Amino acid sequence: MNINATLIGQAIWFAVFIWITMKFVWPPLQKAMADRQAQIAEGLAAAERGKHEQELAAKRSADALREAKEKSADLVAQAEKRAQQIVEEAKGTANVEKDKIVASAQAEIDQEVERAKQQLRERVAELAVAGAEKILRKEINASAHADMLVALKQDL
Amino acid sequence: MSADGGTLTTTGYIQHHLTNLTVCSDAARDAAGHCHGFWSFHLDTLVISGLLGIIVFGLMAKVAGKATSGVPGSLQNFIEMVVGMVDQQVKDTFHGKSALVTPLAITIFVWVFVMNAMDLIPVDFLPLLAGAVGINYLKAVPTTDPNLTFAMSISVFLITIYTGLKVKGFGHFMHEVFAVPFGLKLAPVNLLFRIVEEIARPISLSLRLFGNMYAGEMVFILIALLGIWQLPLALPWALFHILIITLQAFVFMMLTIVYMSMASESH
Repeated sequence: MNINATLIGQAIWFAVFIWITMKFVWPPLQKAMADRQAQIAEGLAAAERGKHEQELAAKRSADALREAKEKSADLVAQAEKRAQQIVEEAKGTANVEKDKIVASAQAEIDQEVERAKQQLRERVAELAVAGAEKILRKEINASAHADMLVALKQDL
Repeated sequence: MSADGGTLTTTGYIQHHLTNLTVCSDAARDAAGHCHGFWSFHLDTLVISGLLGIIVFGLMAKVAGKATSGVPGSLQNFIEMVVGMVDQQVKDTFHGKSALVTPLAITIFVWVFVMNAMDLIPVDFLPLLAGAVGINYLKAVPTTDPNLTFAMSISVFLITIYTGLKVKGFGHFMHEVFAVPFGLKLAPVNLLFRIVEEIARPISLSLRLFGNMYAGEMVFILIALLGIWQLPLALPWALFHILIITLQAFVFMMLTIVYMSMASESH
């Protein structure tokens, strides 16, 4: 173990390398590392924010969906009620109409019957006359009725 | 394998592997050509540690210069992982404000790690390669040279003192030196304690790294001496050593952070 002037040379080397590290190695690396750290922290925060926002949006969309469902159920119920109402109304109207039609038909039928009766009535005399004529033509002979006629003559 | 003398004794082999490539002026050289005295340099330590540092810190600076805060490339990702790990340790331990601590910790961890990792290159590989181009000695793992570990720990020690003075101010710093832990009445004892503590730190810091790496390298050399038996032994030791490499780099870094934290916080 002999200590000699190498000591001085090594101390100079050491100083040179400390200077290089202090001047050219550590500051840029430290800056790069700190910058990256900041970037990563920022990115993580942004991701966290995004996640939060996404949760909110999911909640909002669920709310909207539920609301829409409720609304649609309401609408359906309302429509059903209205349909029933319309059907009822239609039934009522139809009944009234039916009664009216039936009544008017009845009246017409009555009228027809009356007219037929009238016609028949008009024809009855004619028929009676015609029948009577036929009967008369067959029944009337002078001999048979001479007595009656004679009797008649005497009454006068 | 022993380039000087050409003998291949076990001791020679080990000694050869543990000798630095040393240069000095002619005045400091003895008759056998060995350098003595302070003014000589371990060229292998200086060049290998310097090259490794230039490569790895150059690469890091290049990647950092193009660093994007968007999706990082694989290399940027890897560097950020290492740097981020060190920064996390600093944040957990050091609560003061200093622009120096994190770069210092990064430098220590990365540099010590790559220098320790030279351990995993087979012990004969680089010395033989160097031998082929006429370099007789080459100690490939710079952290097995106490000069390097002491240079680092003493630098850390000086930075710690400087930080303490800067953060606390001269008065508060001096008060702490003389009045902690026993109060001003026992100022000399406090000073003595403080000196022992401050000196023990760089010594333990550097000797821990040096001792671990030196011993690990020694085991690699001994395994390499076993002939065919090195085959089943070298791999487990290398795998185990990956742990040591990382751990020693981490410990050096961690203790530096702790010392810096102690320097900038009041007791």
